Amino acid sequence: MSEAALIDARGIHTYYGASHVLHGVDFVVRRGETVGLMGRNGMGKSTLLRSVLGLVRPRRGEVRIGGVDMTQAATHAIVRRGIAYVPEGRGIFPNLSVRENLVMAARAGAGGGHDWTFERVMQTFPRLGQRLTHGGAQLSGGEQQMLTIGRALMTNPDLLILDEATEGLAPKISREIWTIIGQIKQAGIAAVIVDKNFAAVSAVADRVVILVKGATVYEGSSAALRAQPDLHQKYLGV
Amino acid sequence: MRGLRAGTVVLLACLLALALLPLVAEKYYIQLFTKMMIMAIFAMSLDLLVGFTGLVSLGHAAFFGLAGYVLAFAAPQYQAADLWLSLPLAMVCSGLLALIIGALVLRTSGIYFIMVTLAFAQMVFFLFHDTKIAGGADGIYVYAKPVAAIAGWEPFTLENHTHFYFVVLVLLALVYACLRLLLNSLFGRVIVGIRVNEPRMKSLGYRTFRYKLVCFVLAGALAGMAGYFAAAQFGFVSPETLGWHQSGSVLMMVILGGMGTLTGAVLGAFAMMLVELGLQGLPVIGGVEIAKHWQLLMGAFIVCAVLLLPQGLLGLGKLASRLRSKPAEARDG
Repeated sequence: MSEAALIDARGIHTYYGASHVLHGVDFVVRRGETVGLMGRNGMGKSTLLRSVLGLVRPRRGEVRIGGVDMTQAATHAIVRRGIAYVPEGRGIFPNLSVRENLVMAARAGAGGGHDWTFERVMQTFPRLGQRLTHGGAQLSGGEQQMLTIGRALMTNPDLLILDEATEGLAPKISREIWTIIGQIKQAGIAAVIVDKNFAAVSAVADRVVILVKGATVYEGSSAALRAQPDLHQKYLGV
Repeated sequence: MRGLRAGTVVLLACLLALALLPLVAEKYYIQLFTKMMIMAIFAMSLDLLVGFTGLVSLGHAAFFGLAGYVLAFAAPQYQAADLWLSLPLAMVCSGLLALIIGALVLRTSGIYFIMVTLAFAQMVFFLFHDTKIAGGADGIYVYAKPVAAIAGWEPFTLENHTHFYFVVLVLLALVYACLRLLLNSLFGRVIVGIRVNEPRMKSLGYRTFRYKLVCFVLAGALAGMAGYFAAAQFGFVSPETLGWHQSGSVLMMVILGGMGTLTGAVLGAFAMMLVELGLQGLPVIGGVEIAKHWQLLMGAFIVCAVLLLPQGLLGLGKLASRLRSKPAEARDG
């Protein structure tokens, strides 16, 4: 029963008004797996994630979360099945303190797990421990990103979705975030990572999916993609 | 931290001043401040929606006015209603109306939410205005103030204007304290999160609709409490108490004082009513009866306040503390 994929989305067609954004995308994430979701800007990566989470409703297709059909389910019901979403643009609550941002998210995981306590998040992000009473808006960009990831971990997820987690961060902070992503992977949490840094994504991801114009053009292991520089040049321009 | 302590000291000083007022003030002023405190409770209930949850309602007076009608219905003709029964009944009725309206309007957002709350409140308004229920457009009298008897013993009598004043003062302090506790709890953080970014709260696993509905019902019940005491004080209820004008007026109080602070709502209610009173008392200058045009001047006052004090009158306090700290910094630096 635990073998069911955490995300199993089939034939997803999503529209924004008349604009057809996703053209029958299949997207699967298995337990403990780290998947890199890549593609140039505007190719549908964030829309795919938003469709899976019910933040936009696909017109066609099926989304199964942990083996259960959640295509028409509300977002809160989907994420309560063990998914934590770190949205693009960070998404901290600027008028709440660091502690309040974290405590607000605290809950047991879908399977009742509560490994990620406030103390463990503090150990993972010692920088945040020094700024617990500061308002979210008073944090640097890197600290805000750490807070968003920390907040996601407080929900004890089986799967962490990171949408452009290192976007706009200084290289030093960015490296720190990638180290933390590595630690999260070691902790056995599955992850979907959307990022433009091919080297960093392929180093941590088990598998990479590339979207071009709302359709999957590549799906395979990171190692295989690294071995085909012509492909990442063609689809990612790197 | 220093700001918090200063704020608490100011709040306690204001509470003490209000508690001492009946010792020095005449009956007229005691009744005036009672009315202000009732409106402050009403404004705080709306602030819970507008300032904290981000739900701008233009129909909040429906709950205020309905509670007044419930008091009128609950009182046997020419006799007093029982406070301990009629007050909870009025609040429950307002809360129930809020539950029904909220369950429908909270499915919309933004400008649609504003329009739909207005539409529902106007439906309630016309229900009382265009039918023979409770006197139609003429309204209905509440001949006697509710009686607060417990097994024959009356701890206070609302017919006494000073007793009435203290009952409303205690309720104002209680409502403030309870809302403050609620807003400092996880529930409070969640509703603030909903105001900042609702999809993000959904992504954290919160069923935001339920939180918004609880806020809407609570705000409706508290508006009902204010409406009940307003009807008891004036001894009269009319459809105007449910109308959009009343809803706009209380919204103005919240904006004027400063949204999302509770104290701002109280300050706004007091300030708006005092300014209104001041303008209505303006003398005749050069043969022009300025007081007759007080609403025009009130409009100009609101426009100036919104333009110059985007954080409301509470922003004045912050401005003053910034100005105070500047010379200190200059000295230290």
